[in-house]
Amino acid sequence: MNLRLLPALLGLALLAGSAAAQEVIKIGEFASLTGGNASFGQESHKGTQLAIDELNAAGGVLGRKLQLITEDDQSAAGQAATAVQKLIAQDKVVALLGEVASSKSLEGAPIAQRNKIPMISPASTNPKVTETGDYIFRVCFIDPFQGTVMAKFALSKGWKKIALLTDVKQDYSVGLAEFFVKYFTANGGTIVRDQKYSSGDKDFRAQLTSVKAASPDAVFLPGYYGEVALIGKQARLLGLTAPFLGGDGWVGESLLPVAAGSLDGSFFSAHFSPDDTRPAVQDFVRRFRAKYKSEPDDMAALGYDSAMILADAIKRAGGTDSAKLRDAIAATKNHPGLTGVITLDAQRNAAKSAVILTIRNGAYKFQESVAP
Amino acid sequence: MIEFLQQLINGLAQGGIYALIALGYTMVYGVLRFINFAHGDIFMLGAFAGFYVGPAVLRITGLSPSFAAVLLVLPIAMLACALAGMAIERLCYRPLRDRPRLTVLITAIGVSLLLENGGQFVFGASPRSFPELITDRALALPASLGSLATLTITLSQVLVLGVALLLLGGLRQIVGKTRTGLAMRALSLNPTAAQLMGVDLDRIIALTFGLGSALAGAAGILASIQQPSIDPLMGIAAGLKAFVAAVLGGIGSLTGAVVGGLLIGVLEALVVGYLSPTYRDPIVFGVLILILLFRPAGLLGRFQPEKV
Repeated sequence: MNLRLLPALLGLALLAGSAAAQEVIKIGEFASLTGGNASFGQESHKGTQLAIDELNAAGGVLGRKLQLITEDDQSAAGQAATAVQKLIAQDKVVALLGEVASSKSLEGAPIAQRNKIPMISPASTNPKVTETGDYIFRVCFIDPFQGTVMAKFALSKGWKKIALLTDVKQDYSVGLAEFFVKYFTANGGTIVRDQKYSSGDKDFRAQLTSVKAASPDAVFLPGYYGEVALIGKQARLLGLTAPFLGGDGWVGESLLPVAAGSLDGSFFSAHFSPDDTRPAVQDFVRRFRAKYKSEPDDMAALGYDSAMILADAIKRAGGTDSAKLRDAIAATKNHPGLTGVITLDAQRNAAKSAVILTIRNGAYKFQESVAP
Repeated sequence: MIEFLQQLINGLAQGGIYALIALGYTMVYGVLRFINFAHGDIFMLGAFAGFYVGPAVLRITGLSPSFAAVLLVLPIAMLACALAGMAIERLCYRPLRDRPRLTVLITAIGVSLLLENGGQFVFGASPRSFPELITDRALALPASLGSLATLTITLSQVLVLGVALLLLGGLRQIVGKTRTGLAMRALSLNPTAAQLMGVDLDRIIALTFGLGSALAGAAGILASIQQPSIDPLMGIAAGLKAFVAAVLGGIGSLTGAVVGGLLIGVLEALVVGYLSPTYRDPIVFGVLILILLFRPAGLLGRFQPEKV
């Protein structure tokens, strides 16, 4: 073999290699697949993966296949930052999808912003997430809206005395409570007790005893499903019968089995209801069931929407150039998502409606829909 | 006033769990002068033993959730934990018995990490819902108590305190009245002399680990009945709190461990109920520092000056 040809051959091989690499579009996903919030990550990942699979089955985007690279942040503080670092530096992803929990998104967002990699959070509702910078987006509504919706709902039920029970370790919970209180107290309601707990706690009898002593009409509990289920159970044992009100953090697979009926008659705001009769939603529910043998929840629907919006933006940007992709995502308008019609506003948040769900006989039931 | 009494009841029930775990710390310290940091994870193993055995027991015996179901699952979980504790002692601590105590301590931390992360691998990292062994409900108090009748005492709280006191009583009998107990006390007083008198060191140490681990296993089941969500990392916080309880009561003293456990439980409930849960851990561990500074032997421990 002529040795002088070797460098040329090597060069050709490299070229071919890079051409093949250009074929796939790498999308990074960071999610809590294990740990305390595992249900969030598992469900949003299922929705995201379903969207990617469907896009690829239909020929991909711009003739290129999509590849979803998923990193688990174990629901642990600090791990989301590591996951995002790895996705950007090693895997060279063109965009990021994640996280559900606001605290985790706030860890990843500054790194995405610094590297100018567009990031779309499926379900982080804390306002600070997109305030991080102009590369950070979300496809869900935000806490001021969610908190206000629940405050309005409580007032409409004639509940004037509310006790708060917030998770001090979660930006999500603290934020939601803040906006709830702002609207509620400005419109004639009073907060009769303000109690707190930390993620991972298992015994809430001390807080609930104090809440019970204040005899509230209802308890606003903007926590995550793991603690909410235990709180519901312990509250009923202590004889606290007031209904609980909460946010989208209630949605998790272990909520209903652990709560075992104790949350019946409670209400929470959510993004999506599988009872929604729109054909697109029913079709999605059918496809999701066929693939995973389970019911999709809010996180699954939001994960699906986030991936679809990203794919749509890549198509409109005509490629994966980060600045062009960012502009294309920002220009998303009237996207027919599963969780409503999504338009991204100047603050890169989705303006869309919320649903209020109630729990009856150990199952979610649609209560009402609230427009923005 | 009612609220205060209610907080006391809540605190005592949680304290009962700490007391059971603290007994294991204190017993091992008594014979080996060493803190077994993997002890909190035995508590977690007890909960998972109940998670797997509980539904099987209900299915085979056809029992509905009841006291009988708890009484069947409890000994099985205790036995499983006793075996696990003895295996850990045999494999990890016995080969190091003649090494400096620091070596064993570091090994204990290693075993603890192994159980926590191995647990996430084997059982899965997500919290699991503990099967219902007994239907928890609030007990109806007689109306003759007046305003006190509005207090809520649940079945599981009574169960925790009852089982904790029974096990403590049984343990005191074993340590105080049997030959094995005599050997344990002899070892704790002077290991060399005890061996010269014919005490089988290996056997007694293994039994001590077995007994202590069985109590932690019982605590795992009782805690999971009260708070039916379990995960492989649940032993970390409980183990640390129980360690503080053992030091507070006087490490090496059985009654001290129980008193310390109940005190820590009540202290936590009061801090959470009247101050804020954010102060709970700083205050509990602040107590540890204060005790070590001003009364290192604990409330009920004997102060033993180092002989030179």
